[in-house]
Amino acid sequence: MTGATFDTATLYGLCGAALVGIGLFGLVLDPKPIRKILAFNLVGAGVFLVFGVIARRGAAAGFGGDPVPQALVITGIVVAFSATALAVTLVQRLSSAATDAGQPGQAAPVPPKGETGTPGQGDAAS
Amino acid sequence: MTETAFFDALLVVTMIGLAIWMIVVRDVFAAIVGFMAFGLLLSLGWLRIEAPDVGLTEIAVGGGATGVMLLRARGLARAGDAMNSVPSVPFRILVGVLAGAVALFLGALVVFPPAVAPTLAPLAAEHLASTGVGNPITAVLMAYRAFDTFLETVVVLLALIGVWSLTPDGAWGARPRVASADVPAPLLLLAQWLVPLGIVIGIYITWVGADEPGGKFQGATILAAMWMLVMMAGLRPAPALSSRRLRIALVVGPAIFIAIGVSGFHFAGAFLAYPDGLAKPLILAIEAGLLISIAAMLGMLLAGPPLEGDRP
Repeated sequence: MTGATFDTATLYGLCGAALVGIGLFGLVLDPKPIRKILAFNLVGAGVFLVFGVIARRGAAAGFGGDPVPQALVITGIVVAFSATALAVTLVQRLSSAATDAGQPGQAAPVPPKGETGTPGQGDAAS
Repeated sequence: MTETAFFDALLVVTMIGLAIWMIVVRDVFAAIVGFMAFGLLLSLGWLRIEAPDVGLTEIAVGGGATGVMLLRARGLARAGDAMNSVPSVPFRILVGVLAGAVALFLGALVVFPPAVAPTLAPLAAEHLASTGVGNPITAVLMAYRAFDTFLETVVVLLALIGVWSLTPDGAWGARPRVASADVPAPLLLLAQWLVPLGIVIGIYITWVGADEPGGKFQGATILAAMWMLVMMAGLRPAPALSSRRLRIALVVGPAIFIAIGVSGFHFAGAFLAYPDGLAKPLILAIEAGLLISIAAMLGMLLAGPPLEGDRP
Protein backbone atom coordinates (compact mmCIF):
# COMPACT_ATOMS: atom_id res chain seq x y z
CA MET A 1 0.00 0.00 0.00
CA THR A 2 2.64 2.60 -0.78
CA GLY A 3 2.35 5.64 -2.99
CA ALA A 4 -0.65 6.25 -5.17
CA THR A 5 -1.86 2.72 -5.81
CA PHE A 6 -5.51 2.48 -6.78
CA ASP A 7 -7.43 -0.45 -5.35
CA THR A 8 -10.86 -1.26 -3.94
CA ALA A 9 -10.06 0.39 -0.62
CA THR A 10 -8.98 3.61 -2.38
CA LEU A 11 -12.24 3.69 -4.32
CA TYR A 12 -14.32 3.41 -1.15
CA GLY A 13 -12.08 5.91 0.61
CA LEU A 14 -12.74 8.45 -2.14
CA CYS A 15 -16.44 7.65 -1.84
CA GLY A 16 -16.22 8.42 1.90
CA ALA A 17 -14.45 11.71 1.17
CA ALA A 18 -17.16 12.68 -1.34
CA LEU A 19 -19.90 11.81 1.18
CA VAL A 20 -18.30 14.11 3.76
CA GLY A 21 -18.27 16.96 1.23
CA ILE A 22 -21.88 16.39 0.13
CA GLY A 23 -23.04 16.09 3.74
CA LEU A 24 -21.24 19.28 4.81
CA PHE A 25 -22.84 21.15 1.92
CA GLY A 26 -26.32 20.05 2.98
CA LEU A 27 -25.59 20.62 6.66
CA VAL A 28 -24.66 24.26 6.16
CA LEU A 29 -27.15 25.21 3.46
CA ASP A 30 -30.37 23.36 4.24
CA PRO A 31 -32.46 25.51 6.59
CA LYS A 32 -34.67 22.68 7.88
CA PRO A 33 -33.45 21.13 11.14
CA ILE A 34 -34.53 17.61 10.23
CA ARG A 35 -32.56 17.79 6.99
CA LYS A 36 -29.54 19.14 8.83
CA ILE A 37 -29.67 16.02 11.00
CA LEU A 38 -29.92 13.89 7.86
CA ALA A 39 -26.93 15.67 6.30
CA PHE A 40 -24.98 15.31 9.52
CA ASN A 41 -25.54 11.56 9.40
CA LEU A 42 -24.20 11.62 5.84
CA VAL A 43 -21.01 13.32 7.06
CA GLY A 44 -20.76 10.66 9.74
CA ALA A 45 -21.18 7.85 7.21
CA GLY A 46 -18.38 9.36 5.12
CA VAL A 47 -16.01 9.71 8.07
CA PHE A 48 -16.71 6.11 9.12
CA LEU A 49 -16.05 4.89 5.59
CA VAL A 50 -12.69 6.70 5.40
CA PHE A 51 -11.80 5.21 8.78
CA GLY A 52 -12.88 1.78 7.52
CA VAL A 53 -10.50 2.15 4.60
CA ILE A 54 -7.69 2.90 7.04
CA ALA A 55 -8.67 -0.30 8.85
CA ARG A 56 -8.62 -2.21 5.55
CA ARG A 57 -5.11 -1.00 4.80
CA GLY A 58 -3.99 -2.14 8.22
CA ALA A 59 -4.91 -5.73 7.31
CA ALA A 60 -2.39 -8.07 8.93
CA ALA A 61 -2.11 -11.24 10.97
CA GLY A 62 -4.67 -13.00 8.80
CA PHE A 63 -7.45 -10.45 9.43
CA GLY A 64 -9.15 -8.68 6.53
CA GLY A 65 -8.70 -5.39 8.35
CA ASP A 66 -7.35 -3.88 11.54
CA PRO A 67 -10.01 -4.83 14.14
CA VAL A 68 -9.35 -1.82 16.38
CA PRO A 69 -10.62 0.91 14.02
CA GLN A 70 -13.44 -1.41 12.95
CA ALA A 71 -14.57 -1.76 16.56
CA LEU A 72 -14.30 2.01 16.94
CA VAL A 73 -16.54 2.51 13.91
CA ILE A 74 -19.16 0.16 15.40
CA THR A 75 -19.05 2.21 18.60
CA GLY A 76 -19.26 5.37 16.50
CA ILE A 77 -22.35 4.22 14.59
CA VAL A 78 -24.20 3.43 17.82
CA VAL A 79 -23.21 6.75 19.42
CA ALA A 80 -24.22 8.62 16.25
CA PHE A 81 -27.63 6.94 16.47
CA SER A 82 -28.03 8.05 20.10
CA ALA A 83 -27.06 11.61 19.22
CA THR A 84 -29.52 11.57 16.32
CA ALA A 85 -32.28 10.39 18.66
CA LEU A 86 -31.57 13.25 21.04
CA ALA A 87 -31.39 15.77 18.19
CA VAL A 88 -34.66 14.58 16.65
CA THR A 89 -36.43 14.83 20.01
CA LEU A 90 -35.02 18.31 20.63
CA VAL A 91 -36.29 19.47 17.23
CA GLN A 92 -39.65 17.87 17.96
CA ARG A 93 -39.95 19.76 21.25
CA LEU A 94 -38.71 23.00 19.75
CA SER A 95 -41.32 22.72 17.05
CA SER A 96 -44.21 21.99 19.44
CA ALA A 97 -43.08 24.74 21.82
CA ALA A 98 -42.93 27.24 18.96
CA THR A 99 -46.36 26.16 17.75
CA ASP A 100 -47.90 26.50 21.21
CA ALA A 101 -46.39 29.91 21.86
CA GLY A 102 -47.13 31.01 18.32
CA GLN A 103 -44.04 33.20 18.31
CA PRO A 104 -40.32 33.26 19.26
CA GLY A 105 -37.87 30.91 17.65
CA GLN A 106 -39.91 30.75 14.51
CA ALA A 107 -41.16 34.13 13.37
CA ALA A 108 -43.52 33.26 10.51
CA PRO A 109 -46.90 31.57 11.01
CA VAL A 110 -46.78 27.83 11.43
CA PRO A 111 -49.39 25.44 10.00
CA PRO A 112 -51.85 23.93 12.47
CA LYS A 113 -50.75 20.88 14.39
CA GLY A 114 -53.08 18.53 12.58
CA GLU A 115 -50.94 18.91 9.49
CA THR A 116 -47.64 18.00 11.05
CA GLY A 117 -48.04 14.39 9.99
CA THR A 118 -46.42 13.04 13.13
CA PRO A 119 -48.55 10.28 14.61
CA GLY A 120 -50.03 11.28 17.91
CA GLN A 121 -49.42 14.98 17.53
CA GLY A 122 -52.80 15.79 16.10
CA ASP A 123 -54.51 16.06 19.47
CA ALA A 124 -51.58 17.55 21.27
CA ALA A 125 -52.88 21.12 21.33
CA SER A 126 -53.07 22.42 24.85
CA MET B 1 -11.82 -9.48 -10.99
CA THR B 2 -13.30 -7.06 -13.50
CA GLU B 3 -16.81 -8.00 -12.38
CA THR B 4 -16.05 -7.02 -8.79
CA ALA B 5 -14.39 -3.80 -9.96
CA PHE B 6 -17.51 -3.06 -12.00
CA PHE B 7 -19.68 -3.82 -8.98
CA ASP B 8 -17.58 -1.54 -6.76
CA ALA B 9 -17.77 1.31 -9.25
CA LEU B 10 -21.52 0.88 -9.66
CA LEU B 11 -22.03 0.79 -5.89
CA VAL B 12 -19.92 3.89 -5.26
CA VAL B 13 -21.60 5.85 -8.05
CA THR B 14 -25.06 4.87 -6.78
CA MET B 15 -24.18 5.83 -3.21
CA ILE B 16 -22.84 9.24 -4.22
CA GLY B 17 -25.84 9.77 -6.49
CA LEU B 18 -28.22 8.89 -3.64
CA ALA B 19 -26.33 11.20 -1.28
CA ILE B 20 -26.63 14.14 -3.70
CA TRP B 21 -30.29 13.33 -4.30
CA MET B 22 -30.90 13.26 -0.53
CA ILE B 23 -29.57 16.81 -0.27
CA VAL B 24 -31.33 18.30 -3.30
CA VAL B 25 -34.73 16.53 -3.30
CA ARG B 26 -37.47 18.80 -1.97
CA ASP B 27 -39.63 16.18 -0.29
CA VAL B 28 -38.32 15.30 3.18
CA PHE B 29 -39.99 11.89 3.18
CA ALA B 30 -38.19 11.02 -0.06
CA ALA B 31 -34.88 12.18 1.40
CA ILE B 32 -35.31 9.96 4.46
CA VAL B 33 -36.27 6.91 2.40
CA GLY B 34 -33.23 7.69 0.24
CA PHE B 35 -31.13 7.69 3.39
CA MET B 36 -32.40 4.23 4.35
CA ALA B 37 -31.61 2.87 0.87
CA PHE B 38 -28.22 4.52 1.14
CA GLY B 39 -27.66 2.65 4.44
CA LEU B 40 -28.34 -0.67 2.72
CA LEU B 41 -25.85 0.12 -0.07
CA LEU B 42 -23.28 1.38 2.40
CA SER B 43 -23.39 -1.89 4.31
CA LEU B 44 -22.62 -3.70 1.05
CA GLY B 45 -19.64 -1.35 0.75
CA TRP B 46 -18.51 -2.36 4.24
CA LEU B 47 -18.54 -5.99 3.12
CA ARG B 48 -16.33 -5.05 0.17
CA ILE B 49 -13.67 -3.60 2.46
CA GLU B 50 -13.66 -6.70 4.66
CA ALA B 51 -15.64 -5.28 7.57
CA PRO B 52 -18.74 -7.51 7.87
CA ASP B 53 -19.25 -6.58 11.54
CA VAL B 54 -19.45 -2.92 10.64
CA GLY B 55 -21.72 -3.78 7.70
CA LEU B 56 -24.18 -5.51 10.05
CA THR B 57 -24.13 -2.52 12.40
CA GLU B 58 -24.62 -0.07 9.54
CA ILE B 59 -27.56 -1.97 8.08
CA ALA B 60 -29.27 -2.26 11.48
CA VAL B 61 -28.40 0.95 13.29
CA GLY B 62 -27.02 3.38 10.72
CA GLY B 63 -29.60 2.97 7.97
CA GLY B 64 -32.54 1.20 9.58
CA ALA B 65 -32.97 2.59 13.08
CA THR B 66 -31.79 6.11 12.20
CA GLY B 67 -34.18 6.17 9.24
CA VAL B 68 -37.13 5.10 11.40
CA MET B 69 -36.18 7.78 13.92
CA LEU B 70 -36.10 10.48 11.24
CA LEU B 71 -39.44 9.31 9.83
CA ARG B 72 -40.96 9.84 13.27
CA ALA B 73 -40.08 13.51 13.02
CA ARG B 74 -40.54 14.12 9.32
CA GLY B 75 -43.72 16.14 9.82
CA LEU B 76 -41.66 18.73 11.64
CA ALA B 77 -39.99 19.79 8.45
CA ARG B 78 -43.35 21.18 7.40
CA ALA B 79 -44.08 22.61 10.83
CA GLY B 80 -40.74 24.38 10.69
CA ASP B 81 -41.51 26.10 7.42
CA ALA B 82 -40.46 29.36 9.00
CA MET B 83 -36.89 28.10 8.82
CA ASN B 84 -37.04 28.19 5.09
CA SER B 85 -34.87 31.11 4.14
CA VAL B 86 -32.90 30.12 1.06
CA PRO B 87 -29.25 31.23 1.26
CA SER B 88 -27.97 33.60 -1.40
CA VAL B 89 -26.17 32.25 -4.46
CA PRO B 90 -22.68 33.60 -3.55
CA PHE B 91 -22.99 32.02 -0.11
CA ARG B 92 -23.99 28.70 -1.66
CA ILE B 93 -21.01 28.83 -3.99
CA LEU B 94 -18.72 29.63 -1.06
CA VAL B 95 -20.07 26.69 0.97
CA GLY B 96 -19.79 24.45 -2.08
CA VAL B 97 -16.14 25.41 -2.55
CA LEU B 98 -15.32 24.88 1.13
CA ALA B 99 -17.15 21.53 1.33
CA GLY B 100 -15.41 20.49 -1.88
CA ALA B 101 -12.04 21.48 -0.37
CA VAL B 102 -12.68 19.29 2.67
CA ALA B 103 -13.64 16.38 0.41
CA LEU B 104 -10.54 16.90 -1.76
CA PHE B 105 -8.28 17.02 1.29
CA LEU B 106 -9.77 13.76 2.63
CA GLY B 107 -9.49 12.25 -0.84
CA ALA B 108 -5.81 13.21 -1.00
CA LEU B 109 -5.25 11.51 2.36
CA VAL B 110 -6.87 8.37 0.95
CA VAL B 111 -4.91 8.39 -2.32
CA PHE B 112 -1.55 9.14 -0.70
CA PRO B 113 -1.45 7.06 2.48
CA PRO B 114 1.63 6.79 4.70
CA ALA B 115 4.28 4.39 3.37
CA VAL B 116 3.62 1.93 6.19
CA ALA B 117 -0.05 1.59 7.04
CA PRO B 118 -0.49 1.82 10.82
CA THR B 119 -2.06 -1.31 12.26
CA LEU B 120 -2.77 -2.93 15.59
CA ALA B 121 -3.90 -6.19 13.99
CA PRO B 122 -0.79 -8.23 15.00
CA LEU B 123 -1.22 -7.16 18.64
CA ALA B 124 -4.91 -8.02 18.50
CA ALA B 125 -4.10 -11.45 17.05
CA GLU B 126 -1.34 -12.15 19.56
CA HIS B 127 -3.60 -12.14 22.61
CA LEU B 128 -6.77 -13.37 20.95
CA ALA B 129 -6.43 -16.87 22.43
CA SER B 130 -6.34 -15.52 26.00
CA THR B 131 -9.75 -13.85 25.57
CA GLY B 132 -11.42 -17.09 24.48
CA VAL B 133 -13.33 -15.38 21.67
CA GLY B 134 -12.57 -15.95 17.99
CA ASN B 135 -13.85 -12.68 16.52
CA PRO B 136 -11.08 -10.07 16.90
CA ILE B 137 -13.63 -7.23 16.88
CA THR B 138 -15.49 -8.76 19.82
CA ALA B 139 -12.12 -9.13 21.54
CA VAL B 140 -11.43 -5.42 21.00
CA LEU B 141 -14.91 -4.39 22.17
CA MET B 142 -15.12 -6.69 25.17
CA ALA B 143 -11.52 -7.28 26.30
CA TYR B 144 -8.83 -4.93 24.95
CA ARG B 145 -10.99 -1.82 24.93
CA ALA B 146 -13.82 -2.91 27.22
CA PHE B 147 -13.69 0.47 28.91
CA ASP B 148 -14.74 2.19 25.66
CA THR B 149 -17.64 -0.20 25.24
CA PHE B 150 -18.71 0.41 28.82
CA LEU B 151 -18.69 4.17 28.29
CA GLU B 152 -20.55 3.70 25.01
CA THR B 153 -23.47 1.95 26.71
CA VAL B 154 -23.52 4.76 29.28
CA VAL B 155 -23.61 7.31 26.43
CA VAL B 156 -26.64 5.56 24.93
CA LEU B 157 -28.30 5.57 28.36
CA LEU B 158 -27.50 9.28 28.77
CA ALA B 159 -29.03 9.98 25.36
CA LEU B 160 -32.19 8.19 26.50
CA ILE B 161 -32.25 10.25 29.71
CA GLY B 162 -31.87 13.34 27.53
CA VAL B 163 -34.78 12.26 25.33
CA TRP B 164 -36.95 11.49 28.35
CA SER B 165 -36.13 14.79 29.99
CA LEU B 166 -37.77 16.52 27.00
CA THR B 167 -41.12 15.07 28.06
CA PRO B 168 -43.71 17.83 28.64
CA ASP B 169 -44.37 18.34 32.37
CA GLY B 170 -47.90 16.97 32.37
CA ALA B 171 -46.96 13.82 30.51
CA TRP B 172 -44.06 12.76 32.71
CA GLY B 173 -44.14 9.05 33.51
CA ALA B 174 -46.68 8.27 30.77
CA ARG B 175 -46.35 5.69 28.03
CA PRO B 176 -44.88 6.95 24.75
CA ARG B 177 -47.56 6.72 22.06
CA VAL B 178 -46.30 4.49 19.26
CA ALA B 179 -49.31 2.69 17.78
CA SER B 180 -51.53 4.68 15.43
CA ALA B 181 -55.28 4.82 16.07
CA ASP B 182 -56.11 2.13 13.53
CA VAL B 183 -53.42 -0.40 12.79
CA PRO B 184 -53.31 -1.65 9.18
CA ALA B 185 -54.04 -5.39 8.98
CA PRO B 186 -50.78 -6.24 7.13
CA LEU B 187 -48.75 -4.59 9.91
CA LEU B 188 -50.60 -6.65 12.50
CA LEU B 189 -49.93 -9.84 10.55
CA LEU B 190 -46.27 -8.92 10.12
CA ALA B 191 -45.89 -8.23 13.83
CA GLN B 192 -47.45 -11.58 14.69
CA TRP B 193 -45.34 -13.63 12.28
CA LEU B 194 -42.02 -11.82 12.09
CA VAL B 195 -41.41 -11.05 15.75
CA PRO B 196 -40.79 -14.63 16.98
CA LEU B 197 -38.35 -15.19 14.11
CA GLY B 198 -36.70 -11.83 14.70
CA ILE B 199 -36.13 -12.58 18.38
CA VAL B 200 -34.39 -15.85 17.50
CA ILE B 201 -32.25 -14.09 14.88
CA GLY B 202 -31.34 -11.28 17.28
CA ILE B 203 -30.19 -13.69 19.98
CA TYR B 204 -28.36 -15.83 17.41
CA ILE B 205 -26.43 -12.86 16.02
CA THR B 206 -25.36 -11.91 19.53
CA TRP B 207 -24.31 -15.45 20.39
CA VAL B 208 -22.42 -16.07 17.16
CA GLY B 209 -20.66 -12.70 17.57
CA ALA B 210 -18.07 -14.34 19.82
CA ASP B 211 -16.50 -16.10 16.87
CA GLU B 212 -18.13 -14.82 13.69
CA PRO B 213 -19.32 -11.42 12.49
CA GLY B 214 -22.13 -10.25 14.76
CA GLY B 215 -22.43 -9.09 18.33
CA LYS B 216 -24.65 -7.54 20.93
CA PHE B 217 -25.16 -4.16 19.21
CA GLN B 218 -26.41 -5.77 16.02
CA GLY B 219 -28.48 -8.35 17.92
CA ALA B 220 -29.91 -5.74 20.28
CA THR B 221 -30.95 -3.55 17.34
CA ILE B 222 -32.88 -6.45 15.83
CA LEU B 223 -34.58 -7.09 19.17
CA ALA B 224 -35.38 -3.39 19.50
CA ALA B 225 -36.86 -3.42 15.98
CA MET B 226 -39.06 -6.40 16.88
CA TRP B 227 -40.20 -4.67 20.05
CA MET B 228 -40.96 -1.56 18.01
CA LEU B 229 -43.03 -3.68 15.60
CA VAL B 230 -45.05 -5.10 18.49
CA MET B 231 -45.67 -1.60 19.86
CA MET B 232 -46.55 -0.16 16.44
CA ALA B 233 -49.04 -2.94 15.78
CA GLY B 234 -50.62 -2.23 19.15
CA LEU B 235 -50.09 -5.80 20.38
CA ARG B 236 -48.47 -4.40 23.52
CA PRO B 237 -48.32 -0.75 24.56
CA ALA B 238 -44.98 0.93 25.16
CA PRO B 239 -43.98 0.72 28.83
CA ALA B 240 -44.54 3.80 30.97
CA LEU B 241 -41.38 5.80 31.68
CA SER B 242 -42.00 5.25 35.37
CA SER B 243 -42.12 1.46 34.96
CA ARG B 244 -39.73 -0.23 37.35
CA ARG B 245 -39.28 -3.27 35.11
CA LEU B 246 -38.27 -1.04 32.23
CA ARG B 247 -35.72 0.79 34.34
CA ILE B 248 -34.23 -2.48 35.61
CA ALA B 249 -33.94 -3.71 32.02
CA LEU B 250 -32.17 -0.47 31.08
CA VAL B 251 -29.49 -0.69 33.75
CA VAL B 252 -28.95 -4.44 34.14
CA GLY B 253 -26.26 -4.55 31.42
CA PRO B 254 -24.18 -1.59 32.61
CA ALA B 255 -24.62 -2.85 36.20
CA ILE B 256 -23.21 -6.29 35.35
CA PHE B 257 -20.44 -4.56 33.41
CA ILE B 258 -19.50 -2.40 36.41
CA ALA B 259 -19.74 -5.33 38.85
CA ILE B 260 -17.42 -7.51 36.76
CA GLY B 261 -15.17 -4.52 36.08
CA VAL B 262 -14.78 -3.64 39.75
CA SER B 263 -14.26 -7.25 40.78
CA GLY B 264 -11.40 -7.20 38.27
CA PHE B 265 -9.47 -5.09 40.79
CA HIS B 266 -9.60 -7.95 43.24
CA PHE B 267 -9.21 -10.97 40.97
CA ALA B 268 -7.04 -9.72 38.12
CA GLY B 269 -5.41 -6.55 39.38
CA ALA B 270 -7.14 -3.93 37.21
CA PHE B 271 -10.53 -2.44 36.38
CA LEU B 272 -12.24 -4.60 33.73
CA ALA B 273 -9.41 -7.14 33.72
CA TYR B 274 -10.61 -10.74 33.49
CA PRO B 275 -8.97 -13.56 35.51
CA ASP B 276 -7.15 -16.18 33.39
CA GLY B 277 -9.45 -18.75 31.89
CA LEU B 278 -12.60 -16.92 32.90
CA ALA B 279 -12.55 -14.30 30.14
CA LYS B 280 -15.02 -16.04 27.84
CA PRO B 281 -17.76 -16.76 30.44
CA LEU B 282 -17.44 -13.25 31.87
CA ILE B 283 -17.64 -11.70 28.40
CA LEU B 284 -20.75 -13.78 27.69
CA ALA B 285 -22.34 -12.68 30.98
CA ILE B 286 -21.69 -9.01 30.16
CA GLU B 287 -22.96 -9.45 26.60
CA ALA B 288 -26.17 -11.13 27.79
CA GLY B 289 -26.88 -8.25 30.17
CA LEU B 290 -25.96 -5.65 27.59
CA LEU B 291 -28.19 -7.32 24.99
CA ILE B 292 -31.23 -6.72 27.21
CA SER B 293 -30.22 -3.19 28.17
CA ILE B 294 -29.19 -2.00 24.72
CA ALA B 295 -32.34 -3.47 23.16
CA ALA B 296 -34.41 -1.61 25.79
CA MET B 297 -32.45 1.62 25.28
CA LEU B 298 -32.70 1.52 21.47
CA GLY B 299 -36.39 0.58 21.61
CA MET B 300 -37.22 3.47 23.94
CA LEU B 301 -35.07 5.88 21.90
CA LEU B 302 -37.08 4.84 18.82
CA ALA B 303 -40.38 5.23 20.69
CA GLY B 304 -39.43 8.73 21.82
CA PRO B 305 -40.84 10.59 24.82
CA PRO B 306 -44.56 10.87 25.63
CA LEU B 307 -46.09 13.93 23.99
CA GLU B 308 -48.22 16.69 25.35
CA GLY B 309 -51.67 15.44 26.20
CA ASP B 310 -50.47 11.99 27.30
CA ARG B 311 -51.41 11.27 30.89
CA PRO B 312 -49.64 8.82 33.16
